[in-house]
Amino acid sequence: MARKISMKMAINEAIDQEMTRDPTVIMMGEDIVGGAGGEGEKDAWGGVLGVTKGLYAKHPDKLLDTPLSESAYIGAAIGAAASGMRPIAELMFIDFMGVCFDQIFNQAAKFRYMFGGKAETPVVIRAMVGAGFRAAAQHSQMLTPIFTHIPGLKVVCPSTPYDTKGLLIQSIRDNDPVIFCEHKNLYGFEGDVPEKSYTVPLGEANVPREGKDVTIVAYGLMAHRALEAADLLAKDGIEAEVIDLRTLSPLDMDTVLESVEKTGRLVCVDEANPRCNIATDVSAQVAMNAFGALKAQIEMVAPPHVPVPFSPVLEDLYIPSGAQIADAARRTLAKGKT
Amino acid sequence: MPDNNPFPLPKDELLDAYRRMRTIREFEERLHVDFARGDIPGFVHLYAGEEAAAVGIMKHLWDGDHIASTHRGHGHCIAKGVDVVAMMKEIYGKKGGACEGKGGSMHIADLSKGMMGANGILGAGAPLVCGAALAAKYRAKQKGGPSDVAISFVGDGASNQGTFLESLNLAAVWNLPAIFVVENNGYAESTARDYGTAVDSYVDRAAGFGLPGITVDGTDFFAVYEAAGEVIRRAREGGGPSLLECKMVRFHGHFEGDAQTYRAKGELEDIRANRDCLQRFTQAILGAKAVSEAELQAIDRDVLGLIERAVAEAKAAPPPDAADLTTDVYVRY
Amino acid sequence: MAGQITPIVMPKWGLSMREGAVNAWLVEEGATIEVGMPILDVETDKLASAVEAADAGLLRRRIAQAGEVLPVKALLGVMAPIEVSDAEIDAYVAAYVVPAASEGEEEAGSIFQTLTVDGIGVRYARRGPETGTPVLFIHGFGGDLDNWLFNIDAAAERSPVIVFDLPGHGQSDVKLPGATLEALAAFVLHFLDALDVKTAHAVGHSLGGAIAAQMASDAPERIASIALISPAGFGADINAGYTEGFVAAQSRRELKPVLEQLFADPASVSRQMIDDLLKYKRMDGVEPLLAELGAALFKDGRQTARTVDALAASGKPVLVIWGRDDRVIPSAHAASAPAGATVKLLDGAGHMAMLEKAHEVNGAIREFVGG
Repeated sequence: MARKISMKMAINEAIDQEMTRDPTVIMMGEDIVGGAGGEGEKDAWGGVLGVTKGLYAKHPDKLLDTPLSESAYIGAAIGAAASGMRPIAELMFIDFMGVCFDQIFNQAAKFRYMFGGKAETPVVIRAMVGAGFRAAAQHSQMLTPIFTHIPGLKVVCPSTPYDTKGLLIQSIRDNDPVIFCEHKNLYGFEGDVPEKSYTVPLGEANVPREGKDVTIVAYGLMAHRALEAADLLAKDGIEAEVIDLRTLSPLDMDTVLESVEKTGRLVCVDEANPRCNIATDVSAQVAMNAFGALKAQIEMVAPPHVPVPFSPVLEDLYIPSGAQIADAARRTLAKGKT
Repeated sequence: MPDNNPFPLPKDELLDAYRRMRTIREFEERLHVDFARGDIPGFVHLYAGEEAAAVGIMKHLWDGDHIASTHRGHGHCIAKGVDVVAMMKEIYGKKGGACEGKGGSMHIADLSKGMMGANGILGAGAPLVCGAALAAKYRAKQKGGPSDVAISFVGDGASNQGTFLESLNLAAVWNLPAIFVVENNGYAESTARDYGTAVDSYVDRAAGFGLPGITVDGTDFFAVYEAAGEVIRRAREGGGPSLLECKMVRFHGHFEGDAQTYRAKGELEDIRANRDCLQRFTQAILGAKAVSEAELQAIDRDVLGLIERAVAEAKAAPPPDAADLTTDVYVRY
Repeated sequence: MAGQITPIVMPKWGLSMREGAVNAWLVEEGATIEVGMPILDVETDKLASAVEAADAGLLRRRIAQAGEVLPVKALLGVMAPIEVSDAEIDAYVAAYVVPAASEGEEEAGSIFQTLTVDGIGVRYARRGPETGTPVLFIHGFGGDLDNWLFNIDAAAERSPVIVFDLPGHGQSDVKLPGATLEALAAFVLHFLDALDVKTAHAVGHSLGGAIAAQMASDAPERIASIALISPAGFGADINAGYTEGFVAAQSRRELKPVLEQLFADPASVSRQMIDDLLKYKRMDGVEPLLAELGAALFKDGRQTARTVDALAASGKPVLVIWGRDDRVIPSAHAASAPAGATVKLLDGAGHMAMLEKAHEVNGAIREFVGG
């Protein structure tokens, strides 16, 4: 039975069900249980934002709190994956990848290829992404492009609780390393989620809204902003088609190209900084593969090329809004062929 | 001649240890020659002179045990039982190599033998070994009995990497069946060990992370064998991780082509003459009459034949196909 | 004068529809509307279909615009005789208030119930009057109770209605009572036992039709009449490209051409329909279950069970409806219908006549069950 639960609970439920199903699924991270070694409450936190709260009671042997030592435990998750386990490692904030990146991009990402297809690294690295939390420059980034650039890694960034549960279960079952990006401002977002286990395949975009006039490509929080933009545009009689990429590697370009063939106009939205981001990648691929279908130049909506600021006033300016996306759509509609 | 064996290993095990060490030595010396001739692409880091450490440790291991090696990984591979012909093909970048020609000297791996790969990133193996040890701990909990272990090798240079130091702590905190071997050959690339490492003793460094440490003469096979036996037994029985420093020498440069001008005058000649671990081992077992000269000569002939065959097969093997360029990046569904 | 004004409102299709998107008007202002005439295309989250006129009259005003999403019972258009002035129509439109949803219908969750039968949780719903012989709708392979979207309310006007998801289908448990028609028919009879239903009119589609026929043959006292839409069990042929393609399809791109075979008009397959079916297929255990059922009942394009002869022997009244363009089970099978059965072949319908030609199917069922 479907019921409405938050994205946070969808993550919790996915991990719970997979740990129950498969004895090799374990999880490690900083304070994912909380209170380890102290005299107070056990399972004190369940992760800094309580995402894994309650899992320890059900799976006491499978959740491991780690020292503040990302290189060691992210590497350990990868090593455990290469030797028969199916670990989930929580990096907490994706910004922390700076101190463990070697383990991700030189080890996990490379094993299968570098070892001639004879190694598997079924690890999931979960991390919070995104701005809007008043968490400033080192806890707010959208670093999806960096991981997407590395062959061997899969990169997921869901926008709904349904997708989150299905994609996380698929990521855990997947035999490649997956960087699972959770937008911290969507943790409380609720939606229909079946109680049973199910999967959503990696590499399949979702089309939450169909339209014929302009294609808006987004993911994560920006998928919601794109839908807001589509609502604004509908008031002017403009039918926007919104594509939620859901996974950035593999990337479902077929769905984007099909849509652009139909609408002839494209707005790419990304919460990542504008140079070499997902939006530029999608734009380039559309320009290369569907140039003839384009009626006007592609528009991109992204934050400015600056770190994420702290002051709420500045941070709100930093994050692309529905209105900005709608304006970009209007710009492309005002230009070019009809 | 059972009465003549004062060693902790029976004769067939002594001969096996000799065979492994001799194989490593011949493999590396042959690469030294062939690399200089330009037969081998890329660069190679040779393990000649360090054989006693790899074999003295690996003699205690079984296939379920994991090791993570270094850029200087050929010796660990051979000691852990990776196929020598497949290794040679890999170093030549050929199809049928241990990694189908996609890894090369620095990335030879064979997970079926518990060999998690030579590693081009210094210190990167240590966290991986924490994970392999964690997996071993889970397996042991399920099946009971002694645990598999996981062993990380680093050189004295990489012993200063954050990954290595963090891993010592993590392994101690989680009480993992892990062993951290520091192969101290005196040089981090061209830089003297003492320049780059402030602490004199790795035993002290281990103590700083809350784990026991042992230092042994890495050119003495039996010293390594005994110390490794102790730390591995402790790990198997749930006693947690240890650090084992092997003081050793390398016969060749950091990589092939390194003129080793940073060494003292006469240093190389001295270590070749007086600190050759294979020579020490041979003299010990022959001296005690635990084995015969003829038995060793027979092994030498076998090994030379094997290396000869490995090189011939590697040279004759086809290169990877163009289509192989894009395979095995991701799992095939 | 307002009494002469007849509103055209957003219909409520099925149990959970709350709103619909207006795709396009099919008639111009000034057109004369007859009952049953398709007047505009509306899309719900399940399916796109034409709104058929419930009343006759002169279309004076098209209120809803293409692209608008409007709640059930929202005013879509206005019909009135030519004597009614524009001002009166303006006043009517301005004064129109969308009636609130009736009590208990706010949450889709409250419409459905779950019952455990033989250890398998079954999702079902009951509609219509309390008394009378219920109409039991049985969906086909890979389907669910939403296949009866356009038929439930029509049937519920006169009879109690029971719709449910077969085991391993929709939101019932992913578990089979057995992969034979006998096991499935026994299960549905147990389901009726659990609901304390002694006798029902069975309406079955495709595999559901074969199950209904099996029930009539195994427990004739429980079945009052049988209405079958493109039923299995009438002949050997079945389109393996559909049955196997449905099981094998992993993506929207793979599933779409498979589903298009269900309809006379491939455009009936909405993105939402594909997404909903993918969501179902991606539940743990569903694919192997469908594969098992498919292999047992229609392997390699041949149906393994023939139920029509036993159905004929049961002597029950039989209605057979078949879309002429059925590309899953050929409409030629209708020729095997028992002697005395009412047989209706529908133009412009494929395998899903109850969705594609809801008006005709509802009429035929009304006539059959009522008579």
